[in-house]
Amino acid sequence: MDREREFSLEALRSGNREAFAEMVDAYSPQLYRLALRMLGNPQEAEDVLQETFINAFRHLIDFEGRSQLSTWLYRIAANQALMRLRKSEPDLVSVDEPVQMDDGGSMPRQLKDWCCLPEADFMTSEAQAQLDNAIGELSSALRAAFVLRDLQGLSTRETSEILEISESAVKTRLLRARLELREKLSGYFAGYVEAIEHD
Amino acid sequence: MIEHVNCGEMLHSLSDYIDGEAQEAICAMIESHMAECQDCRIMVDTLRKTVSLYREQESRLDLPQGVRTRLFYSLDLNEWLD
Repeated sequence: MDREREFSLEALRSGNREAFAEMVDAYSPQLYRLALRMLGNPQEAEDVLQETFINAFRHLIDFEGRSQLSTWLYRIAANQALMRLRKSEPDLVSVDEPVQMDDGGSMPRQLKDWCCLPEADFMTSEAQAQLDNAIGELSSALRAAFVLRDLQGLSTRETSEILEISESAVKTRLLRARLELREKLSGYFAGYVEAIEHD
Repeated sequence: MIEHVNCGEMLHSLSDYIDGEAQEAICAMIESHMAECQDCRIMVDTLRKTVSLYREQESRLDLPQGVRTRLFYSLDLNEWLD
């Protein structure tokens, strides 16, 4: 992943438009994917992408380079997306407590093996819509951790800097997110396996 | 000697295990447990598959050309659109 491309902070801070255009081109694909996965809506993702770079342009002068440029941009984009999500989300119960066996949301209940399905069955539009629905049902806190760690491929440390939470909270949220997604997908794919077995 | 873990204890280390970041001793405990517990083996396999399905889906997501064009115009960078 080409996240660590070097940009001249001096050129960016001095308002060099060409350098800014190069930075936009370098980071817009992953920031768009982040926003799309967080919000599940292409128009909102596009709005977040534009807001991210408008904010970045305004605040580049304050960027001291203590974190990487990519981490700083991710933080702006994630915050924009989370602000939109939190407007429509009720207050959350804590998602940072360790996962327990009696934990309703994360506790595995679906234990049918569906890994054996042919790859083509995972690629149907219905199956892909199941993936979209499942991620859309995660709380914003869990979704952010999953998108940054698993889909954007960022490290636990980078994710903790972006979300401004501890590394241990990132790990707990990631595990909860993965377990919830597995549970939701199992509800669909296990039923699919059973239907095939009964045919 | 490998210590035995129960299903609940395994849960905490699952992410590190499927990411290949768990310590060797933890991996050995999980693998020993999975050899005897079919439910946990299915859980680990389907958890891995879940993550891999999302990663595959992600790899097919591109920035649409129209989004890039509108972004450059909104930032007054259209001079550098090619």
